[in-house]
Amino acid sequence: MKKTITTLAAIAALAVAGLAAEAAAEWKKGSPVRIATEGAYAPWNYTDSSGKLVGFELDLAVDLCKRMAVTCEVVQQAWEGIIPALQAGKYDAIMAGMSITEKRMKVITFSRSYAATPAVFVVKSDGPFAGLKAAVDAVTMDKIDGAEKDAIATVKKAFAGKTIGVQIATTHENFLNEFVAGDVTVKTYDTQENLDLDLQAGRVDAALAAMSYWKPLLEKDGGKGLKMVGPGFTGGPFGNGVGAGIRQEDQALADMFSKAINAAIADGTVSKLAVQHFGFDASAKN
Amino acid sequence: MLRFDEPWTLFLEILGGVPNTVSLALASLVLGFVLAVGLALMRLSPWKPVAWLAYAYVYFFRSTPLLVQIFLIYYGTGQFEGLRESWAWPFFREAYWCAMLALTLNTTAYTSEIIRGGLQAVPWGQVEAAKACGMNAILRLRRVIFPQAIRQALPGYGNEIVLMVKSTSLASTITLLEITLIARKDASSTYTLDALVIAAAIYLFINLLATRGVAWLEYRLSPELREARILKALPDPGLSHVH
Repeated sequence: MKKTITTLAAIAALAVAGLAAEAAAEWKKGSPVRIATEGAYAPWNYTDSSGKLVGFELDLAVDLCKRMAVTCEVVQQAWEGIIPALQAGKYDAIMAGMSITEKRMKVITFSRSYAATPAVFVVKSDGPFAGLKAAVDAVTMDKIDGAEKDAIATVKKAFAGKTIGVQIATTHENFLNEFVAGDVTVKTYDTQENLDLDLQAGRVDAALAAMSYWKPLLEKDGGKGLKMVGPGFTGGPFGNGVGAGIRQEDQALADMFSKAINAAIADGTVSKLAVQHFGFDASAKN
Repeated sequence: MLRFDEPWTLFLEILGGVPNTVSLALASLVLGFVLAVGLALMRLSPWKPVAWLAYAYVYFFRSTPLLVQIFLIYYGTGQFEGLRESWAWPFFREAYWCAMLALTLNTTAYTSEIIRGGLQAVPWGQVEAAKACGMNAILRLRRVIFPQAIRQALPGYGNEIVLMVKSTSLASTITLLEITLIARKDASSTYTLDALVIAAAIYLFINLLATRGVAWLEYRLSPELREARILKALPDPGLSHVH
């Protein structure tokens, strides 16, 4: 199951070589950085028809490793166990569309964010929820104002007595458990792909996931007959963007990642990759 | 990585999955047993096409992973629009019924082999003797073959019961909130393993009851293998040292 693809980094990189090599020495001399990804969350990370791991994060990893002047190795790991296996030392970093949340910060640390994307509900476009609208288009969960509170209430009321599907161990599952569980049945899936199948089959009335996941899907065959409804949710339980997850004792590695991400955002690489994979600029700002 | 500060609440939460786990195991074992008796008889049928059909069924369900069968029945049925609009959809829509169907089909295959072994262990001479006494086929099955076959098959079937209780955990992959999924949800949201430890303890207890039950039944059904009580009660005549 553990397909390993080796990503080679050009070690002799022009002018930055001196600085980067120094950073690499801070990590572990010569040892490759092992990066885990799920491989089932297109277009962030997924397996193509030939079984190769591809996606936004795979391309970004190649770029970041080059900037950090380290050799990287990408391993595939099921989502549910991705944090415990990091802690167990099976690999050194996670790049799997993982949002930086307070809850996760208690057990691991993160690099700075490289992408940010709101959470959105998706329903069948010929179903009863296709016309669902809320007072506002964006709800920031950190500081909820009156109109945003109404928007959450609208969504909650619309789905009362219905079933919402979500991937297990995600920020989206946490949000549903905290804000709508009780009125709404929450159904959890091992992978987002299985959830999509059940959404199409009508076993769930709606599904909650990141817009960056939905947008490309809705343009493909797999997303036929589906549409996004309601506001986009950010902050609070959804965290502050997507970053690379790293063991707390490896702060040096987290700093190396942050530095490389800063550079990749500054020169437009992250934006370019985001537009290429998501169809819109989901790169982290600030 | 264990956190046992609130073991009681966590235990009660996971206990909430017991009805689903136990009812799933029980229902599929009962249904599967009934079907398996028929299948075993088909397998031993002198009429070859019937025997082959039964063998093909057993071969298919024993040789493909249960997880794959569960996925095919649950996610596979959702792919067909015709089925989604048919009368059967309320059944296939529910993870619970899909899991029960998969588990039943699976245990039917294994159990039929266990029963076949039991049936074939009955000495042929006894069947002939029964025939000579004028018993018809039904009576022979009821009075001579089945009582002995069941006794032969029981230890093997005890194994199957334990395996089935554990197999219900695969239903967690199709969103059914049984013991394993409740534990997995907690484990994945807290990044700790206590929920899984508690779940394992609950399975241990359920299977303890199951194995004890089977052992009791074995004891009750095989008095001929035990020392007669009357002999035990008698004083030792002192002959046990004589060879």
